[in-house]
Amino acid sequence: MILVSSGSSPRVFPGPAAEIASRLGLSDTPALDLPLASAGSLVAMSLANDLAVARGPILVIGTEIMSRVIRREPVDPGVAILFGDGAGACLIHPGKGLAKVVDSRIATDGAFSGDLALSHGLNFTMNGRSIILQASRKLPRIIQQVLERQGLTSHRVSAFLMHQANQNLMDRVADALSVERSLFFSNIRRYGNTSSASMLIAAREWFETGSIPAGELVCFAAFGAGLQWGCLLAEVLG
Amino acid sequence: MSRQAKILEIVQSVAKKQVTPGSDESLFDSGLLDSFALPDLVSALEVEYHVRVPDSDLNPRKFDTIERIESYLEGLL
Repeated sequence: MILVSSGSSPRVFPGPAAEIASRLGLSDTPALDLPLASAGSLVAMSLANDLAVARGPILVIGTEIMSRVIRREPVDPGVAILFGDGAGACLIHPGKGLAKVVDSRIATDGAFSGDLALSHGLNFTMNGRSIILQASRKLPRIIQQVLERQGLTSHRVSAFLMHQANQNLMDRVADALSVERSLFFSNIRRYGNTSSASMLIAAREWFETGSIPAGELVCFAAFGAGLQWGCLLAEVLG
Repeated sequence: MSRQAKILEIVQSVAKKQVTPGSDESLFDSGLLDSFALPDLVSALEVEYHVRVPDSDLNPRKFDTIERIESYLEGLL
């Protein structure tokens, strides 16, 4: 199975999943879209972990062409400068891999769905104050919930791989969890916010930084339009 | 100290600025608050008034002026 998250697809339907599957040479593999934008790859990873046991390996993809979104007239330079294009992927396998999913939790609150939205034919809408306010509460809380469910504290986590939305937000979440900001891997200065692709790109770059000892815990987290948010805790395998 | 005066004191402390806006003047437009100071303001109000602001009330408009903050807190207290 393939799960594709994209909030910047040019078509209402079909989304990019079917075409990606076709280009991979797959003609009868289910390929589904999750048009969730920012938190999409985190949600897809969480769902894939549950589904992989029954369906086998699941390819999770986050892919965004945000330049297409922010170029809609009238262009707002203050918003445009925040975003970038990108794609990332990971394979959720029921067998052994780079890491094992320990636990995950995803959540949705539709009360503020209009505060971060891209409507058909219209410009991107973002109420930054509202989004930061919600994210500042919801992200640390869901990370704490997952850790507490596993009898762990934030200090047991070696790295936090967050959706690269905003450096200030990542710093704020680190402060709320009482962990060093440097534990939150960041590449936002290079790419900007690549929406649902960002967390997977960050994960890949983090894994390339060096050998990660087996048993180390990595915390994935994302927040975005919907509002959708979540946390996935993984243990590095030897 | 009146409640409005106390709220202003909290706002100035969070913003680290001694600007004194009118009670109905936007704290954002006056330059006191920005997106990232707002969560700190809400947390400071929770501590000072021993209240819990639910996620459903995390609407920036409720905290946009001293009057609106006072009105919101009166509903909680």
